[in-house]
Amino acid sequence: MPEPSKTASPPQDVVAASLTLGVSGSAGGAPKPGEIGKPRSLWSDAWHDLRRNPTFIVSAVLIVFLIVVATFPGLFTSTDPKFCDLVSSNKGGAPGHPFGFDRQGCDIYSRVIYGARASVMVGILVTTGVVVIGGVIGALAAFYGGVVDSVLSRFVDVFFAIPLLLGAIVFLQAFPFRNIWTVVAAIMLLGWPQMSRIMRGSVISVKESDFVTAARALGASDLRILTRHILPNAIAPVIVVATISLGLFIVLEATLSFLGIGLPSSTVSWGGDINDAQSSLRSAPHVLLYPSVALSITVLAFMLLGDAVRDALDPKLR
Amino acid sequence: MNQTNPADDARHKQDANAPVLEVEDLHVEFRTRDGVAKAVNGVSFDLRPGETLAILGESGSGKSVTAQAIMGILDTPPGYVTQGSVRFRGTDLLTLPEKERRRYRGEKISMIFQDALSSLNPVYSVGFQIGEMFRVHRGASRADAKKKAIELMDRVRIPAAHERVNDYPHQFSGGMRQRIMIAISLALDPDIIIADEPTTALDVTVQAQVMQLLADLQAESKMGLILITHDLGVVADVADKISVMYAGSLIEQAPIIPLYGSPAHPYTERLLAAIPRVDLKGQELYTIKGIPPNLTNIPTGCAFHPRCPYAQPICSEQVPPLQDVSEGRRSACHFWKETLDGSIQSR
Repeated sequence: MPEPSKTASPPQDVVAASLTLGVSGSAGGAPKPGEIGKPRSLWSDAWHDLRRNPTFIVSAVLIVFLIVVATFPGLFTSTDPKFCDLVSSNKGGAPGHPFGFDRQGCDIYSRVIYGARASVMVGILVTTGVVVIGGVIGALAAFYGGVVDSVLSRFVDVFFAIPLLLGAIVFLQAFPFRNIWTVVAAIMLLGWPQMSRIMRGSVISVKESDFVTAARALGASDLRILTRHILPNAIAPVIVVATISLGLFIVLEATLSFLGIGLPSSTVSWGGDINDAQSSLRSAPHVLLYPSVALSITVLAFMLLGDAVRDALDPKLR
Repeated sequence: MNQTNPADDARHKQDANAPVLEVEDLHVEFRTRDGVAKAVNGVSFDLRPGETLAILGESGSGKSVTAQAIMGILDTPPGYVTQGSVRFRGTDLLTLPEKERRRYRGEKISMIFQDALSSLNPVYSVGFQIGEMFRVHRGASRADAKKKAIELMDRVRIPAAHERVNDYPHQFSGGMRQRIMIAISLALDPDIIIADEPTTALDVTVQAQVMQLLADLQAESKMGLILITHDLGVVADVADKISVMYAGSLIEQAPIIPLYGSPAHPYTERLLAAIPRVDLKGQELYTIKGIPPNLTNIPTGCAFHPRCPYAQPICSEQVPPLQDVSEGRRSACHFWKETLDGSIQSR
């Protein structure tokens, strides 16, 4: 079972990792701006395409913005999201409070801003976790094949058979306490089999390449062949699916919080706020509107990014 | 099987011309669902420093599998070496544990593959891949490895090596890519290079250049070269001796000139007759009738007898042994004498 605190790292680092596409591209000697792009490595080639893709630019700008909001919510609002005044319950927009107030009389704008942190953190942590766990298991199964593959693949199947939401509910119920780590662990535990299957398929197809045989004939060890020769050629589909799944994991966190078993109510989160808003849906729809829109935009941004990355990495789809 | 025979060791030290590689009675089989395919059946040959041995045969005759077995890169399962030995300067490679055996690959024996584009990793620059040999085997730093990579690219005559060292495999032409493969396999000054159809994917003029390069490099470093091919034209210019394979067995071994002049096995004779010739322009090309045998069901006796125009009853009953014809020359045909002097009659 994954130990959440080990796979965890500050959101900034993970963001840097998810944008490595661009970084490695330019480090690999990408063409200077203005120069007619001479195609280089797969990654710099992909970066070259991405920079010209409006979908990528829009989603990347949104995601960078979201990350800034999640990291420094104080920059965007000076109102305390937990300061509530029942006098203002369900009131509309007012000066200094553009989105109005929720049922408890808390400022919706500041709750939407502070709620970003939970969503973005859960999304990024879970995605990193499932890529690492699923990636390692899938790669080992594919690389060694035979008995190793059979055992690992059946293990994957067992987890794959558990419905994600249902499994997460059961898992979370089993914990005496709830915080962001238990939510991350629950989603991670059930989300990795998909990554594992994709990684396995990808590694199997790369494993048969001549350059792998050549590397072996020239004296490379198993570990070196797997990490240096197979993985860089097999990782692309995993990155694509991971980016798209990130949005789904955020939705899942919101769903769990909505159901009241996700993040504790002391943590500001969009899912929790949507849950709170449903009781006054008819009298005060704006209470539901803002956290829902924020959630939708976030998920949309990651899905668009995933699409753009897929287009850049797989020229056959164009 | 003995790993290192002290007497052998002494002999190898004294005699600079002793064989670097001795393959003896090598058997390889593939255990598939359709049965056991006997891909290599008792192949023996040796290779001396500076010598070029060509292994000639059609697709499926077992020549590439022989090379893979020597390198230890057979896909296991389904491929297994069931018998025989591969001795490198007296050390039997087949009995070494994998970890020790790996030290021989790239360092002592290295390999060039048919399709250089798919044999190079598309995500790394060529300089990185050549340099990898020095980093992995010699622990060189990145900067040193790159310097060596440029030297090697110069050595295999890639123009503007300095500027091209950071380019990726797909930015090179076919011939240049094969030169990069050669540079990689040459990196650690191996004693033996096995080239598995190195020029098949190239066009004819580039083929000639690459073969010339291999011959020049070999002359510089006294390494042994095993050239696996089905192209008799490629072989003629560079090989010292030829081993002809058919259905996993060696059927004729000979120095190059006698073999081309007067083959001692009907299969070799037919192969030579099938070479297109300028003076026969306009005529239909000669073909050997029939198809190569299925390796899961090799014909009894001489494997070639169903296609052999001279076949006699004995050919389907007894396997012809590899017999000495003359110095350095052997043939596995019951009627090698008659084939050699041309007195044999077609059925």
